[in-house]
Amino acid sequence: MKIDIQDHMLVPKHEIMTEEEISDEFSDVDYDFKDLPKIKSNDPVVKAIGAEPGNVLRITRESQTAGVFVTYRIVED
Amino acid sequence: MKGFIKKIEQINFGLMSPEDIRAMSVVTVETPDTYEDDGFPIDKGLMDPRLGVIDPSLVCRTCGFRGGDCQGHFGSIELARPVIHIGFGDVIHKILRSTCNECGRILLNDEQIEYFTEKINEAMDSRESLNAILKEVYRVAKRELKQMPEDPDEEIDMKYCCPHCGAPQEAILLDKPVTIRQGDYKLTASEVRERLEKITDEDSFVLGVNPEVARPEWLVLTVLPVPPVTVRPSITLDTGERSEDDLTHKLVDILRINQRLLENMEAGAPQLIVEDLWELLQYHVTTYFDNEASGVPPARHRSGRPLKTLTQRLKGKEGRFRSNLSGKRVNFSARTVISPDPNISINEVGVPEMIAKEVTVPVYVNEWNIEEMKQCIKNGPDVHPGANYVIRNDGRKIRVRNEETIELILEQLEPGFIVERHLKDGDMVLFNRQPSLHRMSMMAHEVRVLPYKTFRLNLCVCPPYNADFDGDEMNMHVFQTDESRAEAKSLMRVQEHILSPRFGGPIIGAIHDHISGAYLLTRDGVEFTEEQALQIIRKSHLELPIFKGGQWVLKTNHDLKPDMEVPHDIEESYIYKEKGEKWTGKELFSLLLPNDLNLSYKAEISKCPVVYPIEDETVVIKNGILVQGVIDESAYGSFSGKILDKIVKEYGPGRAKEFLDRSTDLAICGIMKTGITTSLNDEEIPEEAQDRINEHLEKKMAEVDKLVESYEEGYLQALPGRSLEETLEMKIMQVLGEARDMSGSIAENYLTMGKQSDDDPYDHVMAVENHSVVMARTGARASMLNLTQITACVGQQAVRGGRIERGYLNRTLPHFKKGELGAKAKGFVHSSYKSGLDPIEFFFHAMGGREGLVDTAIRTAQSGYMQRRLVNALQDLQVKPSGLVTDNQGNVIQTMFGEDGVDPAKSDFGKPADLNKLIDEIRMEGK
Ligand SMILES: [Mg+2]
Ligand SMILES: [Zn+2]
Ligand SMILES: [Zn+2]
Repeated sequence: MKIDIQDHMLVPKHEIMTEEEISDEFSDVDYDFKDLPKIKSNDPVVKAIGAEPGNVLRITRESQTAGVFVTYRIVED
Repeated sequence: MKGFIKKIEQINFGLMSPEDIRAMSVVTVETPDTYEDDGFPIDKGLMDPRLGVIDPSLVCRTCGFRGGDCQGHFGSIELARPVIHIGFGDVIHKILRSTCNECGRILLNDEQIEYFTEKINEAMDSRESLNAILKEVYRVAKRELKQMPEDPDEEIDMKYCCPHCGAPQEAILLDKPVTIRQGDYKLTASEVRERLEKITDEDSFVLGVNPEVARPEWLVLTVLPVPPVTVRPSITLDTGERSEDDLTHKLVDILRINQRLLENMEAGAPQLIVEDLWELLQYHVTTYFDNEASGVPPARHRSGRPLKTLTQRLKGKEGRFRSNLSGKRVNFSARTVISPDPNISINEVGVPEMIAKEVTVPVYVNEWNIEEMKQCIKNGPDVHPGANYVIRNDGRKIRVRNEETIELILEQLEPGFIVERHLKDGDMVLFNRQPSLHRMSMMAHEVRVLPYKTFRLNLCVCPPYNADFDGDEMNMHVFQTDESRAEAKSLMRVQEHILSPRFGGPIIGAIHDHISGAYLLTRDGVEFTEEQALQIIRKSHLELPIFKGGQWVLKTNHDLKPDMEVPHDIEESYIYKEKGEKWTGKELFSLLLPNDLNLSYKAEISKCPVVYPIEDETVVIKNGILVQGVIDESAYGSFSGKILDKIVKEYGPGRAKEFLDRSTDLAICGIMKTGITTSLNDEEIPEEAQDRINEHLEKKMAEVDKLVESYEEGYLQALPGRSLEETLEMKIMQVLGEARDMSGSIAENYLTMGKQSDDDPYDHVMAVENHSVVMARTGARASMLNLTQITACVGQQAVRGGRIERGYLNRTLPHFKKGELGAKAKGFVHSSYKSGLDPIEFFFHAMGGREGLVDTAIRTAQSGYMQRRLVNALQDLQVKPSGLVTDNQGNVIQTMFGEDGVDPAKSDFGKPADLNKLIDEIRMEGK
């Protein structure tokens, strides 16, 4: 039996961002999106959603302070 | 060495070649002795005067400067045989493992060499770390053959052979720290060096040794630098005996063995002896670098103390970095015992005159302050607002010493001079108490020069510093520049820190007597005559009310929120008093409150089972008038003050400071009107109550016995997931907990603050009969648990979170039967502190108490290290105005700090906004 780790309550929602989304999201921020935190390509979630090195993930998770918080990770090998 | 200011543009790390070491050496040290019998340093010895001088009366033979100005010069020792540098044992091992044992080429084929060269160049251009690439190089180049074949003609898999010459590669091993082995054969340092010499520049580049700054063979020492004497000064003891530095001792050892080795080699001594001496030389050089290396017995002083050699000088908390570079001793600082002073502001600190005359403030003389400065100089260094030094326009520093120098300085004094004058009232200083765990551990205070010898501080700042007066000492630092003073005044002043970033509430606030005092002042029914009231107002530095049209009008100063216009109905916030009318404590407290303050909350005493009168437990402040309710910890205590919290957040820190200063003054005045005292009599309960408690305890003990019986007879039902023993233990613990709680609540019925109901015959308005309970109930000090433990029953003593188990075989003490499970046998204390514990109870109590002490000792050490790691990890993070958090490389840590972008110090107890409070406010405005 294979368990989909994305269904686990402790795993937040990971999505691969499209080029369009990336340019939309990071065009007016005061940092280079390449400076975003990294996630390993062998991370179980990265493998589960089939992300490739260079992809940017949007992670939507519950936050103690902000309710829902959206953060980003760049996949690297 | 003055006047040299250079900017460092780049730092390059490399190895020193033997030539470099010889080039910088001013003398080749050969003699293992330091001084002749006549006290002169031996030529070519370790104290050779060419290595530099310390004594200011001597002149250095190398640079010509006197001792103190000469920074010292390196010498060198020519080692008779090469030795391996202890810091490079593993580097040498990695390099040898990656190169051919025969031809010395790197064990990579040409393609791989090209690939890695390019990768390293790339990484160097983009200034990235090479570690990962080098790790890969070493991994790929490793081709160890575990066992060399006995037959030399046997065919060997190419993956174990050199790609260049085809020689099979026997495994190279490292026996920590410096012994290199090829199979069973131990390589000498000379052989290691020969192998390293064979490596080409191109190959060494791939191995991570940049040929521009280092050659691999420089990892093996042939010549040893001798640090200048300034690095290892000798000290003359009181007896006139010379005592040498540990480094000198070690260098003597090296020289002695080096010389013996040289002599033996020249005399053609047997190989075995030479090798022994060589190994000994290796040992001495190793311990010279690091005397705590694993696998090497530490070199010891004659007294048996391990020597402190190079690594030990740098390493750890007492090492050069953490003790002398990251943190230094500073001038213009002072340290002394602290004591309390309720009469100074929270923004102030009392400084003893003795200290004020020692630490100074540099003041630039100008035409407006020249007269004041002249007076300071006239007073000299010994009379209080005086001066210690004057710095002239040409930079010369003159000490203010006596009449003559004073006159001389006064003649010269002109604008542009700097006068180092004594500390005086109003100066800004930094005040600190260790451990400095949060930013409130260092705050800027204004100086109040006071007599006696302790620092004085307002009691409200005890919580942020975590200070008490059982001998605590604190540090003071005086700002030396106007920029630092200005910055501290706006960022570090005490009033700016009333709100803690830890929980978004006030950390600076009333404590102890402030709280019980305010309670005694503001309880229902407290009244003062006009004269008493005016006395209190005067004594607590409140503004005197105006007397108009035959009556007193209070709160006419229109104290409003910042930038608020005076509303038309402002007179609703006035209080009118007929001449001769009594004043209530609540009215006096209202004098402190802003005219437009509206607030309602439950007081701390509302946690009391009975509050008399019941109105006192709900505080209502309307238009700045305390209409109802009593002032206690919930009003203005540190950590929990509601009124204080609202005033800081809505009226600013300046107003909050004023409120705190005045309200604590008023509370102390209140406490002085009524008086407060406590004794063991406060914990007295009637005999009938004691009987009830005993009866109750006996009942519970019987319950425990019954549980034990049911367990022994075997009809106790195990709880799900628990063993029978665990179930019994849990049930007993529960019963015993109930026993203590119940005896406590019986006692509590008698531990009251006074009148409990309208028909209670005991009447006391000014006199409360039980001040211990007042203190516990208002939150001033102690808790009801403390009081009931004194009065009724101490309860179960715990070790490791459970009943006491340890001691003798199957029992805690020999007074009990083996396997006894009753309450008494496992640490239940029936007695109260007041009645006294019997010896067995006392022993169990000491066990529990000891565990508490040990736990705190361990916890502080653990949390200290945790704090250090956290600080090191977070110190370079910065928050941009947009809320972005980055490190110093520009890497994003968070796109919005704390994910919600809320500054906890400005939050409402951690929440961005308190909705209930907002709704209350809107509702009140609507009315
Ligand atoms: Mg203390
Ligand atoms: Zn010199
Ligand atoms: Zn080879």
